[in-house]
Amino acid sequence: MKIVSSALFGALFGIGLIISGMTDPGRVLAFLDVAGAWNPALAFVMGGAVIVALPAFALARRKPVSAFGDQIELPNRFRVDRRLLTGAAIFGLGWGLSGICPGPAIVLLGQNPTRAGVFVAALIVGAWLAGGRGAIKADTDEGAAPAGAQGALARR
Amino acid sequence: MSIILQSLLGGALIGASAAGLLIVNGKIAGISGILAGATSMRPKTWQWAFLAGLVATGLAAHMIGHSAPAAIQGTSLLVLALAGGLVGVGTRLGGGCTSGHGVCGLGNLSLRSLTATLTFMAVAGCVVFATHHLAPVRRLLELASQP
Repeated sequence: MKIVSSALFGALFGIGLIISGMTDPGRVLAFLDVAGAWNPALAFVMGGAVIVALPAFALARRKPVSAFGDQIELPNRFRVDRRLLTGAAIFGLGWGLSGICPGPAIVLLGQNPTRAGVFVAALIVGAWLAGGRGAIKADTDEGAAPAGAQGALARR
Repeated sequence: MSIILQSLLGGALIGASAAGLLIVNGKIAGISGILAGATSMRPKTWQWAFLAGLVATGLAAHMIGHSAPAAIQGTSLLVLALAGGLVGVGTRLGGGCTSGHGVCGLGNLSLRSLTATLTFMAVAGCVVFATHHLAPVRRLLELASQP
């Protein structure tokens, strides 16, 4: 059942990305092009998403148990370190160059497998280089110190 | 439908998906993290299921006539590979992307995610400014994009 619900939520996420135009790198770049033909759409997409997500996270903070009875592990909300800032900056570099981030890239695999495939393959390799292939320790704290193989670029 | 309404609606669906995955499955809908987990040495089935759902929507869109946006056709394979690599490194180090930090993190009132989001948006904005409005950078990108 967890598999089915996960797949359904993935599909819902994808539909949201497509409807909002976020799978179109042009639309994303237009938001980032503050000095040019600026399009604020992305802000409304993120705003709409956050507003809907807020109550769910508030509930999870109070009662951290999922519907299936699993413990919900929410990521740390206050730790700001060099690793976070460096990572965010590097991500911004790649995102600014292409207008593509992970979610839309996966959806685009279904529409342009070759070009999206190049992006996603490079993404996966980049992630391995940065953090190793070890099991992600906490599913919810993305990129938290992985148990197992350390990546070549992983910082302490 | 107006752009703003379309954006809000799509955003609401994204938020609903994140809310649902959190409450029902107890997981964070951060795509970079889900992808990293799925391709790690200990992949979980739910991660592949989520990714399959994502790809399925792209496939379905393609089948009903919505082909890939022109913008991705216009980006060279070299730039796609470089950008993809940077996104992979950055999201792994930074612990999230626009969905993990931007939607889930902000939804969770996380200062950590707010900092990350502002950082990657600012950097991305600078990159776009350079590639769109600084002649030397734009030229460099054009050269890199030549087949």
